[in-house]
Amino acid sequence: MLAEIGQIALILALLISALQGWLGLQGAHQNDRRAMAFADRAAIAQAMFCVLAFALLAHAFMISDFSVKLVATNSHTSKPMIYKFSGTWGNHEGSMLLWVMVMALFGAAMVWFGKTLPSGLRARAIAIQGLTTTGFLAFLIFTSNPFERLSPIPANGVGLNPLLQDPGLALHPPFLYLGYVGFSVAFSFAVAALIEGRVDAMWARWVRPWVLMAWSFLTIGIVLGSVWAYYELGWGGWWFWDPIENVSFMPWLAGTALLHSTLVAQARGSFIRWTLLLAITTFSLSLVGTFIVRSGVLTSVHAFAVDPDRGIFILGLLILSTGGALTLYALRSNRIAHGASFEFESREAGLVLNNILLVVSTATVFLGTFYPLVIDAMTGDKITVGPPYFERTFGPIMAVLILFMAVAPLMKWRSDSWQRIRKTLLIMAVAAIPVTIAVMIFGKTVFGALGMGLAVWLFFGTAANYARKLRVGETKSTLGNLLKRFALLPGATHGFALAHLGLAVCTVGVVAMGVWADEEVDRLKIGESISVSGYEFRLEGVDRAQGPNFIAETGRVVIERNGNFVATLNPEQRMYPVERNNTTEGSMEIGALRILYAAKGEGNPEDGWVVSVYYHPLVIWIWIGALMMAVGGLVSVADRRHAFAAGRAKPPAAQPVAAE
Amino acid sequence: MKLSRLLPVGLFGVLVIFLAIGLTRDPSVIPTEMIDREMPTFELSELRDEAVTVSQDDLVGEVTLVNVFGSWCVACLQEHPTLMELSRDNTVRIVGINWRDDREDALAWLMKHGDPYEAIVFDAESELVIKIGVTGAPETFVLDPSGRIRYKQIGPITPEVWTKTIRPVIDAMESESVS
Repeated sequence: MLAEIGQIALILALLISALQGWLGLQGAHQNDRRAMAFADRAAIAQAMFCVLAFALLAHAFMISDFSVKLVATNSHTSKPMIYKFSGTWGNHEGSMLLWVMVMALFGAAMVWFGKTLPSGLRARAIAIQGLTTTGFLAFLIFTSNPFERLSPIPANGVGLNPLLQDPGLALHPPFLYLGYVGFSVAFSFAVAALIEGRVDAMWARWVRPWVLMAWSFLTIGIVLGSVWAYYELGWGGWWFWDPIENVSFMPWLAGTALLHSTLVAQARGSFIRWTLLLAITTFSLSLVGTFIVRSGVLTSVHAFAVDPDRGIFILGLLILSTGGALTLYALRSNRIAHGASFEFESREAGLVLNNILLVVSTATVFLGTFYPLVIDAMTGDKITVGPPYFERTFGPIMAVLILFMAVAPLMKWRSDSWQRIRKTLLIMAVAAIPVTIAVMIFGKTVFGALGMGLAVWLFFGTAANYARKLRVGETKSTLGNLLKRFALLPGATHGFALAHLGLAVCTVGVVAMGVWADEEVDRLKIGESISVSGYEFRLEGVDRAQGPNFIAETGRVVIERNGNFVATLNPEQRMYPVERNNTTEGSMEIGALRILYAAKGEGNPEDGWVVSVYYHPLVIWIWIGALMMAVGGLVSVADRRHAFAAGRAKPPAAQPVAAE
Repeated sequence: MKLSRLLPVGLFGVLVIFLAIGLTRDPSVIPTEMIDREMPTFELSELRDEAVTVSQDDLVGEVTLVNVFGSWCVACLQEHPTLMELSRDNTVRIVGINWRDDREDALAWLMKHGDPYEAIVFDAESELVIKIGVTGAPETFVLDPSGRIRYKQIGPITPEVWTKTIRPVIDAMESESVS
């Protein structure tokens, strides 16, 4: 019965969202306030029905209602409750329902937070959001119904893929979707602006917090995926340039560009058309990603069910939404005015460069991901593009980006001179050049030296900028005054500093892992050792113990460095006699500067045991840096200049935003 | 109208065409051109021992599953328990092709998840993989005792794929060799 209610809730949501689209557009066109008010209520009602449907599906998973086909094929009574719950979105249908629910909730949030907007723009944006949701609801109901019943009812379920029973992977999709779908708000506003044919400064100020939020969630989602891949599959890898990863990375790169172009649009009223185009592109890349993952178009994506019907449906959605938006752009963007001009030595110029580099890097990843598809379509050959392509093309672009991102924020808007920031540049160079030379001499690596030098350059550039904003070193720089200034700085400044420092931290980790990560595998008898990067791993003994339903063979591996004790690792191998299955549990020593890892395989006292050991320098810095970026984004959302934070009823004061 | 404004929608149009073509090429229904052909000749080192070479001659004599895998391949983990079970029960000989991998990564991966392979061809440079037309990992070729490719499975071997698809192929081969 509950499943049928869920089904009905979805159908109602579909009808309401279509109405929301129709009334919103029509109402805005005829300036009919009642129709627009109805569209508002429709957005909220639709979100409520989507939440209801999702809650009912989650309920079915939690009580193991195997009369629902989706539950029977993806769950099992013996699973822990938390994985029963996360199993709701651990499959195609459930994850699409999560997607739709998030999208509908964003639609409702637009109503909730958008009271201060011009009614026409607002109604149109809500209408577009409603129409996009209609498309996905239709996709869900007609091709991937999560509430399908099963008869006869099986005694137990098939179970969730054991790989998915992991906290990291349980949280990974919701964050990813908050990111992907969050960009739909920017998309809806871009399309609404194109329909209106005009954009004012309010527009960027309104869109920016949504972009920041979506971007931050997407960052967290990508980090979770990377951490999971590291400890579950990685053996040293934290990023594989797999198509699945790339399709989440492309919206991130485009979203980063969007986030910076809205900055100019907000402060200076420039780049408006370009920002509209980026908003459309970013969400479209999220849609393309969904298309790739759900249709099986790229053949290396074997893990997902290949279903051409679903592919055709999503392709249709893509054509309608992106194709429609871009056609509108071709027809209407000439109406939107160019912004204020600027000189070469200015912050705008830096942000132009930022956008060019980010768009080029997005295109690079795009080409690498889709090249196999294009070759297949033209010649029928199946090929794959490996990490070397991405490393060789993506790396240099990022290096140039970092070089300039340390400098550009120091510049003033509109017009500035190198002379003014000369002193800061000098400090940055004084910090970065010795690091580069030192790494070159002691690390004997040119790549590592340049990478580390760039990271230090960025770190000091950002820190100097932040210090200047706090007016450190000026008169009355007592601690109390500094704290007062700290509290007075706008959220965007804190966010900027945190995110840019985060990238510096992340770069250090990436470079260190690329240059100094090391590993060894050998067969060890008790008392023998292998060493990797100065760490000596000695197998002290192997103990056998009886677990609840397995026999464990645990190695005692003592790590020493220069004769000093570092840690004891206990890599384990478990034999499950009933399932006749073996599992290997590696053991990690996590430090701020490195992760040491050991795993033990088959063996016996006579021939020894196979032991593999890893030295991963600074790997945690990659994720900490990325999380700093995400937090920076969230801190920026709270900036008081954003319409978002200005509250629902109070119109924001017309304060000048350019002065900074 | 200025051309520059049409450019985005034009590029998108091109993308849609390729995506649409991509859709018509359902990877699971494309028969490999290698079906019913001999395994091509190759000579590559064994993953677990660089000094040992593996060649097409090592694949004859009995029905063999040739399984393409890599430590970087997420979906390979999905089929791995099935392969482990087949190898424990001695159901069929399984030979691996370790593709685009690092020797140490692959060994560590096998150590962690178990090793169902009788022999493993180490093919980091995609030498053999290109010859036999692999589209991605995991992929599995079913060879008859004479070393002829009889079937190709794209994607992971789940218990369902095994009982409904691969097992019948092998049974059919065995009955034809008896008659």
